Amino acid sequence: MSVDAKPMPATRELVHATPVESPLTLMWYKFRAHRLAVWSIWVIAALYLTAIFANWIAPFDPETRTGLPFSPPSWPTVMVDGAFVWPPVAFGVSQQLDRKTFKRVYAIDTTQRYPVQLFITGDRHSWFGLFPSDMHVIGVDKGGAFFLMGTDSLGRDVFSRMVYGSRISLSIGLVGVAISLVLGVILGGISGYFGGWVDLAVQRLIEIIQCFPSIPLWMALAAALPHDWTTIQVYFGITVILSLVGWTDLARVVRGRFLSLREEDFVMAARLAGASEARIIRKHLLPSFMSHIIASVTLSIPSMILAETALSFLGIGLTPPALSWGVLLQDAQNVNTLATAPWLLLPGALVIVTVLAFNFLGDGLRDAADPFSRESFK
Amino acid sequence: MWGFILRRLVWMVPTLIVISIISFIIIQLPPGDYLSSYIARLEALGTTVDQATIDALRLRYGLDDPIWVQYFKWLGNIIFNGNFGYSFEWRLPVSQLIVERLPTTFLVATCSLLFAWSVALPIGIFSAVKQYSWGDYVFTVLGFLGLGIPNFMLALTFLYVSNRYFGLSIGGLFSPNYINAPWSLDKFIDLLSHLWIPVVIVGTAGTAGLIRITRANVLDELRKPYVETARAKGLHPMLLILKYPVRIALNPFVSSMGFILPGMISGEVIVSIVLNLPTTGPLLYAALLSQDTYLAGAFVLMLAVLTVIGVLISDILLAWLDPRIRLS
Repeated sequence: MSVDAKPMPATRELVHATPVESPLTLMWYKFRAHRLAVWSIWVIAALYLTAIFANWIAPFDPETRTGLPFSPPSWPTVMVDGAFVWPPVAFGVSQQLDRKTFKRVYAIDTTQRYPVQLFITGDRHSWFGLFPSDMHVIGVDKGGAFFLMGTDSLGRDVFSRMVYGSRISLSIGLVGVAISLVLGVILGGISGYFGGWVDLAVQRLIEIIQCFPSIPLWMALAAALPHDWTTIQVYFGITVILSLVGWTDLARVVRGRFLSLREEDFVMAARLAGASEARIIRKHLLPSFMSHIIASVTLSIPSMILAETALSFLGIGLTPPALSWGVLLQDAQNVNTLATAPWLLLPGALVIVTVLAFNFLGDGLRDAADPFSRESFK
Repeated sequence: MWGFILRRLVWMVPTLIVISIISFIIIQLPPGDYLSSYIARLEALGTTVDQATIDALRLRYGLDDPIWVQYFKWLGNIIFNGNFGYSFEWRLPVSQLIVERLPTTFLVATCSLLFAWSVALPIGIFSAVKQYSWGDYVFTVLGFLGLGIPNFMLALTFLYVSNRYFGLSIGGLFSPNYINAPWSLDKFIDLLSHLWIPVVIVGTAGTAGLIRITRANVLDELRKPYVETARAKGLHPMLLILKYPVRIALNPFVSSMGFILPGMISGEVIVSIVLNLPTTGPLLYAALLSQDTYLAGAFVLMLAVLTVIGVLISDILLAWLDPRIRLS
């Protein structure tokens, strides 16, 4: 990751007399240097595509009871009795009750083979109520054990539930951050623009909110949501509650940028050249602050996702039949359940991956946000 | 210095007022008022409540007063009588429950903070001095993992692992035979043997951020000319780093307490629910579920107030450490 490894746009301009690279290109150069951030984009894109096309990707309907409760994860294999088979096959499975411990035991029957098929017919589903279909991208015929992440206490496929749950878990971060951003830009902007006692009041408010322990506050507010609300109402209720705390960071960034940019020479130059206030804000301020805002927004998405997961896990956020990773983790609350079915913790792994990906992406964006500083160019 | 402390104390007043208002809103939020929940509960237990009693109770709790009068009555009772109201779920004054539970929460949170500090400082310095070494990368990845793993997931994993591989139950802060025992050295050792688990779990989340802060600050200092000078003078490298850059990098370390402490309290609350510790978490959770509003509101209030005091202490510590702050 050295500076010399890639042509610096500025030198190229001198040597080859090519046109100066736009700030956006410079940012891209800088962003590219942060390998983890570039990988994270792919991870995040994959996650969101999965969420959008969940109904085709999930092998089962999330509520389908397969009749095989607490079945451990069973992956299709390409090696059967030392021989290579293609396509991979899933085996048949039968359950017995262990007479001594009264535990369910699953026996795999390697004689029954179910080849993994692409574009297979299965549970009916529709894409947000549109485009009904019964096609699934991947699956096996009925009877084969094809539970990538095992099943839960009611025999529902955990993988399918995770895929569907990603819709709420991944979107709540975006919606929450959008609301926070509106609040943050308005209050931060007012604070930075007017200054004086307005600024002081907003800054104090931010400080007060930030020294509130957020989880107890969120718990108290979420618990007060009416019990007869529909899933959609609770969803938006939760996002608003999360945003009530989340806007403070964004407001700080907006205000800070506003204050520092106001003093910049190019703003003064634009003003002297007779540009209107609106033009200065649109043409000069906004582009130079956008990158920072995007970076901060990206960095505040993971905390929203974590908060929703925590609240739903405790049962005071979203509750079944709504599906989110937090709701799925509710099943793992009990130590005894956990001892029989540790795979119920797997939705948590997805939370971790998502949170890390957003953190790395935000880190990379923050480095790239200021393409003219060489300090963070490592 | 005293002037600085006084200024900070005066600043705290509006903060505390806003906190009390938010807590009061939390008490008022659930549908119906405290008394209707209370009466419903009494009737569920088979007690008939006649209208005269209801009226007397309404008068006593001042439920027919305008909302701001209720607020001042509630706040006045807390400030002057230490009376936080009554928990109908526990049939005890709220203040008694708070006195039982709050200290343990702060014990765990403070220990977690100390843990995070003592882990993050050496790692942060190491990562800065050996920038881009293997160790730096390993610690960075570990730090990020700590940031990405939700506290309660870590707690669940601990529960699972200890149950599965060691056959231990790790819930609680004391072994059963010590819960009601008077304080002794054995009880203290027993406490320590339980305490480290929540402390590590809550602490890891904060460690990642602290490592990043320390690393960045030490790196900034290492680039400065005075370091070069000291090195040219032939000062021992270890001594050089500890004596100058680290000392300056300590400031942001202390000031970060302001945002790390609330996070620790939050983490403690949720971890203690999972591990069933005798702290605020499980009680607050139960109070919220059963709409035991005075108890829930009092917990939120006291957690926030004590956090503000914690932040105040960190500010004073910082001012004591750095004359630039106390004199500005």
